[in-house]
Amino acid sequence: MCPKEGMARMNQKEVAEILDGQGVERTLTRIAHEIVEKNKGAGNLVLIGIRSRGVHLARRLASRLKEIEGIEIPVGALDITLYRDDIGEEGFQATVRKTDIPFPVAGKAVILVDDVLYTGRTIRAALDAIIDLGRPRLIQLAVLIDRGHRELPIRADYVGKNIPTSRSEEVQVMLEEEDGKNGVMIFKG
Amino acid sequence: MVTALKGKDILGLEEVEPEEIQLILDTAESMKEVSERDIKKVPTLRGKTIINLFYEPSTRTRTSFEIAGKRLSADVVNISTSASSVVKGETLKDTGRNLMAMKPDLLVIRHSAVGAPRILADALPIPVINAGDGAHEHPTQALLDLFSIRERKKTLNGLKVAIVGDITHSRVARSNIHGMTKMGMEVRVAGPATLLPRLVERLGVAVFTDLDRAIEGVDVIMMLRIQLERQEQSLFPSLREYSRLFGLNLRRLEGAKKDLLIMHPGPMNRGVEISPEVADGPYSIILDQVTNGVAIRMAILFLLLGGVSTGA
Repeated sequence: MCPKEGMARMNQKEVAEILDGQGVERTLTRIAHEIVEKNKGAGNLVLIGIRSRGVHLARRLASRLKEIEGIEIPVGALDITLYRDDIGEEGFQATVRKTDIPFPVAGKAVILVDDVLYTGRTIRAALDAIIDLGRPRLIQLAVLIDRGHRELPIRADYVGKNIPTSRSEEVQVMLEEEDGKNGVMIFKG
Repeated sequence: MVTALKGKDILGLEEVEPEEIQLILDTAESMKEVSERDIKKVPTLRGKTIINLFYEPSTRTRTSFEIAGKRLSADVVNISTSASSVVKGETLKDTGRNLMAMKPDLLVIRHSAVGAPRILADALPIPVINAGDGAHEHPTQALLDLFSIRERKKTLNGLKVAIVGDITHSRVARSNIHGMTKMGMEVRVAGPATLLPRLVERLGVAVFTDLDRAIEGVDVIMMLRIQLERQEQSLFPSLREYSRLFGLNLRRLEGAKKDLLIMHPGPMNRGVEISPEVADGPYSIILDQVTNGVAIRMAILFLLLGGVSTGA
């Protein structure tokens, strides 16, 4: 999720819950199965979550994949701040967190994981970051929510839920590891 | 938590807030990871031009700034003024204005005159970083020192540090004193009385002229380089006497804490202020300081050129 959107939602009114905690769990389980199906197993797979909520989602997917296929899937954390296309512009926030990918990506099937897919610029930055680390065999994208309004030709391979939104709305994914509870909310501007 | 630096420049730690220091240290952690990759480059400052304007000789600091800029994909230009029009008598402001006409995005300056970086910072619209001005400040050195300590000790607050040597002529000491006291460390300075500035205790430090007492129970010892010129100015009688009274050797460290850190900004006078066994010994983090220097400078370049100043 874009840091810019973060604090703005506090001032916004109407709130609707798109997914509750159980909905999030079921969706992740379904995505895990889809990953196994599409890749014909979990061999050579690695998960890379985009900081910060993508990382928690990646870890949850890893534990489900372990249940399904019995294999330990490595999970990495990617911070894309240094690859953003709006550095130095109005509203840019310079909080860089550490990228921690303790395995080589060369030759691997990378599943990139993020919470919300919106303009696609975060994913573009993530692709550049991963390719700087090595040449993966392929990169697939798993997102919990696709809210439309792409500004780049980017699409997800695995989508938890498609939510048509207007630009004035904010989509907030909450995860226990960071927000104390699980769920997806939409804030109308 | 602050997410941007308040001013457009980094001229010294005296005017920097603790939260800003925290931000720089946190950002440097992420930058350090970039230096550990096979391809040590991120596109962050692509297309930005950084000019290193060094009026005093330097290998370590200048190279560190150059590598830091290049790892962020910036274009770095080094100007050492001995080989430039400054030799022909061009003034600092003129040099600054002429460089500005070539549209750089940031200037790093080292100068023997105190305040030279501030003159440029006030005259130019771009960020200016002080890489050392006379005996005044060397903020990026102090920041990398703080980072190196924090890396080992996890926290800075409450740590006891002794800075030993020619405090009077040391910009490294001054910047560290400001930075360390702001981060809650207990600072002691030690050296011959002739090399301790008058009223230095007003900076919030304890003053010692006895090295053994100064380093008793400390967590960090920072040794400063003693310069031969000072002997010629009669500030100490001989290198041998200086070494005997203020040189750090293994015998002096007999009662030291197991996790003591020994630091030195470099370049070292082996055998004078620091013995080779200590410099290369288990307490020494001197080489880590150099590695961290690149990460800290990357962090500062990023925060000055990328983050939006809050203008406070």
